[in-house]
Amino acid sequence: MLDALNKKLIEANNDPVAFDHDCREGICGSCGMFINGHPHGPVSAITTCHLSMRYFKDGETIWIEPWRAKPFPVIKDLIVDRSAFDKIQTAGGFISVNTGAAPEANSIPVKKKNADEAFDSSICIGCGACVAACKNASAMLFVSAKISQFALLPQGRVEAKDRVRAMVEKMDELGFGNCSNTGACEAECPKEIKLTNIARLNREYYKAY
Amino acid sequence: MNKILFSSVSKKFVMAVAGLFLLLFLPVHLIINFMLLKNDPAPFNSAAHFMASFPLIKIIEAILFGALLIHLSYGIWLQIQNWLARPVGYAGGNKSETSFFSKFMIWTGLSVLTFMVLHFFNFYFIKLGLVPGNPQDFYSVAHNLFKIPAYNYIYLVCFVLLGLHLFHAFSSGFQTLGLNHRIWTPVVKVFAWIYSIGIPAGFAIISLTLWLYR
Repeated sequence: MLDALNKKLIEANNDPVAFDHDCREGICGSCGMFINGHPHGPVSAITTCHLSMRYFKDGETIWIEPWRAKPFPVIKDLIVDRSAFDKIQTAGGFISVNTGAAPEANSIPVKKKNADEAFDSSICIGCGACVAACKNASAMLFVSAKISQFALLPQGRVEAKDRVRAMVEKMDELGFGNCSNTGACEAECPKEIKLTNIARLNREYYKAY
Repeated sequence: MNKILFSSVSKKFVMAVAGLFLLLFLPVHLIINFMLLKNDPAPFNSAAHFMASFPLIKIIEAILFGALLIHLSYGIWLQIQNWLARPVGYAGGNKSETSFFSKFMIWTGLSVLTFMVLHFFNFYFIKLGLVPGNPQDFYSVAHNLFKIPAYNYIYLVCFVLLGLHLFHAFSSGFQTLGLNHRIWTPVVKVFAWIYSIGIPAGFAIISLTLWLYR
């Protein structure tokens, strides 16, 4: 729809509407925008690039805005700078592994339940819908997913304390709001990341001190 | 040290602990208030005297006021940070599905605080000797207040708002403490319903009974 709109604007010698997109497969998270009062539009569990026009009524006015949050400044039109998420990830969202031959994958047993939960957390695409939906512009769902994907696995436990301290500190420093457990993030997340991750982040944080 | 004490997670933790401690006080207050329904003022006045004079209760009272002050100040602090995190709102509104009562926590909380100030003038400040009144006969003080229709209206509205505040606060407190469990979280939510309806309803029943039937 935006491509069609921009084609018309360009043909009329007007500036096209700037919007971000990349994969168009719902996995890169770059196409986030606030559509009719919802991040990624009114249909749950999909990204904007998967939001078809058939989900709207014929002749319906569609209201589109960029994410609104202090740590996500608007660059132009619908494009916001989401590098705040990269900064949080860089602060601790990784594991340190020595270079050399890859170790045997099955040498450290992992419970199936933990592996499944870690996988469910790891599918967060960092689109920012949780921040956009939250009335407090809190990034807790994103940070908690990144914390959880490592905290649930033995390889991630080694640096778990440093990780949670560093990532929460960076999140606060960047000016995101505080989680008040409204549940809007979970309801709007295109990858259905659960609030249980936020409880886990809290536990990990308390354990870290 | 500042990072530990004043991180977003720590502030929420402190606020949750203080809030959950305050939840313990309300059932005690309600049980004592039910003694107002007796025709004999002695049980209520004895309980009020016990609460005002027993040393252990005095210590708990100090902790209670500390918890209230922390819960209030941290709540306002967190809310201001939350407002600052979104300086420009959505022109078309935010229609994200959310826990309904969670949207108004600051306003329901401040409304309850306003009522508490009124409550202090009517009871607690009499006990401290700051306001004229007989601290030995709170039974009569309460009965006289509940004869005033305007007081009952304010009382009932405030307890409805308290109920709305408690409903989100109860389960949110557990989530903040990291106590989210596949089996127990739904149980906590049921308790949240029971508590947030039961406690305000109990206070409202006392108000309505004394106002309409005495």
